[in-house]
Amino acid sequence: MADFIQHFINGIAAGTIYALVALGYTMVYGVLKLINFAHGDVMMVGAYVGYGTALRMGPAGRGSFLGATLVFLLSMASCAALGFAIERLAYRPLREKPRLTALITAIGISFTLEYGFQLNFLFLPGAAPRAFPEIIIPTEWLVIGDRDVVLWNWQVLSLAIAVALMVLLQYLVFRTRFGRAMRAVSFDHRIAALMGIPTDRIIAITFMLGSALAAGAGILYAIKDTVVQPLMGLYVGLKAFVAAVIGGIGHVPGAMVGGLLLGLVEEFVVGYTSSSWRDAVAFGFLILILLLRPEGLFGRVTAEKV
Amino acid sequence: MRSGEPPATRGPRLPYRVRGIFPLLLAIPVIGLAQWLVGDMPFIVYISSIVGVNVILAVSLNIVNGMTGQFSIGHAGFMAVGAYTAGKFSLESKDLVISHLPTTMSDQVLLVVALLIGGSAAAICGFIVGLPSLRLRGDYLAIVTLGFGEIIRVILQNTEAFGRSLGLAGIPQWSSMFMVWLWAFITVLAARRIAGSSHGRSLWAIREDEVAAEAMGVNTTAYKVRAFVISAFFAGIAGGLFAHFVPIINPGSFTFVKSIEVVVMVVAGGLGSTTGAIIASVLLTLLPEGLRSAFTAISGNAEIAQRVDQIRMPIYGLLLVILMLVRPQGLFGTRELWDVLPRWFPRHRRGPA
Repeated sequence: MADFIQHFINGIAAGTIYALVALGYTMVYGVLKLINFAHGDVMMVGAYVGYGTALRMGPAGRGSFLGATLVFLLSMASCAALGFAIERLAYRPLREKPRLTALITAIGISFTLEYGFQLNFLFLPGAAPRAFPEIIIPTEWLVIGDRDVVLWNWQVLSLAIAVALMVLLQYLVFRTRFGRAMRAVSFDHRIAALMGIPTDRIIAITFMLGSALAAGAGILYAIKDTVVQPLMGLYVGLKAFVAAVIGGIGHVPGAMVGGLLLGLVEEFVVGYTSSSWRDAVAFGFLILILLLRPEGLFGRVTAEKV
Repeated sequence: MRSGEPPATRGPRLPYRVRGIFPLLLAIPVIGLAQWLVGDMPFIVYISSIVGVNVILAVSLNIVNGMTGQFSIGHAGFMAVGAYTAGKFSLESKDLVISHLPTTMSDQVLLVVALLIGGSAAAICGFIVGLPSLRLRGDYLAIVTLGFGEIIRVILQNTEAFGRSLGLAGIPQWSSMFMVWLWAFITVLAARRIAGSSHGRSLWAIREDEVAAEAMGVNTTAYKVRAFVISAFFAGIAGGLFAHFVPIINPGSFTFVKSIEVVVMVVAGGLGSTTGAIIASVLLTLLPEGLRSAFTAISGNAEIAQRVDQIRMPIYGLLLVILMLVRPQGLFGTRELWDVLPRWFPRHRRGPA
């Protein structure tokens, strides 16, 4: 039983990170109908910015609330800038082109980031994993029995952050002017433009929001894993995409549920079999979902119009 | 007019029966001659084998990604299936000698059998993946194929019979330049024949507009699955060949990165252009390999060579982005070399047709 609870906790902890990244996927897909393959790598960049910031702060950044906030904010801001740059330089010129073109570009950007960060050149960090500074000193938040079940403070924190961000996002999408514009663009960006909505700006802001969320997820992931490395975003990104599909892509709470569900399934499969199966679980799950319910748990079926 | 159209007949026509295999009759002596000329230079044989395998991969992927317009990014998975199945078969039958045949001949026969088994295994996998997932639209299909490739890799990593992460070692090195290029030729021939056939026309139709193709009576799912199976078969053959000239195969050789490499070749050559895929794969293989060997040979310094290898990947990524922004149709678009050359060198142009 204790085993089960521990796996449950770990699964939720992993799931929150997937959920945060999935939110970015779902938002971008919602407005652009584009799978932003580079999203996981934006997360990786966010983790590296956090790493750099925490390192510069030295001991002042360890375990202090202010330090951690600064790390989060700085990393989210720089990723928002990165997201803006990617959208502006790579996706916007291709918006009216066939969707395959944008998909290939996305793969290209993802590849550039993943392998560019492995070079030892200028500011680039090189392929070796780096130990992430403890911006949150890990302490046990809750211990049951003789350390049968341990709930760490960062696990609680990451769930709290993820839920808070999701609520914020939900508010943003459904209760603000910007959100209404975003939904209009997602519905049909040409008509939205005719209605006086600055579609380019809305899409750019959506990208920035998604990238900032990814940066937050990246730092949480780095805290969980205690290291940062250039390929960390590859699998998290792909799995987060799976999470977004499970929840119904384009659906904000769906992404959250999908992320948590995926985290749990993965953790249970790994916990009761072998950790080497970890990477296959998500994709197996994805194929199953696409076969049984391709629109996801909360998505709507849309017929293809001619 | 689409490149798939058969060229207008020129000169005397060959008898019907010979025409089918005529290209092979022509190719075998040529490849044999090449093998005879450089066969004793191990470096050239190795490089040209790698090039050949990449040509097979790119041309076969082009059947799905280019002609059919479905974006598969799990080609390395099929290659892995072929490599492991063929490799395992050869490992088991290493000591067999077919009676009445000299050893080398018997080995070659066994190699062909191994390749066919590997290719068939990959084709079966292609069918299993293709049947459900090809009902999905573009980007979903991409993710599913990617996921499939990863699942294959994880399964290989967890199977005792396939050596887990260590992979298979000691596979007999039966492959030769002749074998690789013969298969490369067969792949190209098959791809061109498909492009020109009515089957190919259905594929082109699906590529241009799936809904319209369906409305014109093309059974889109069936054609897509068939294209997928053919493509997977040749990827399996490529994998099998690969397994027979590298000292060891392990799951690390068939990652996502390998799939993307092949995608870059196809995209750079022009989605739908077989000759484009060939030229792009030859260039993109020779450049890094050549640079690496050149640096190692000149300076004897492995570090620079390693650096070349490192920088290759980000360049591939940038190449994809820049290609899409500047020339999304790739080198040739859907045209073939012979469609493009007269325009680049217009001096032989004849009078109005």
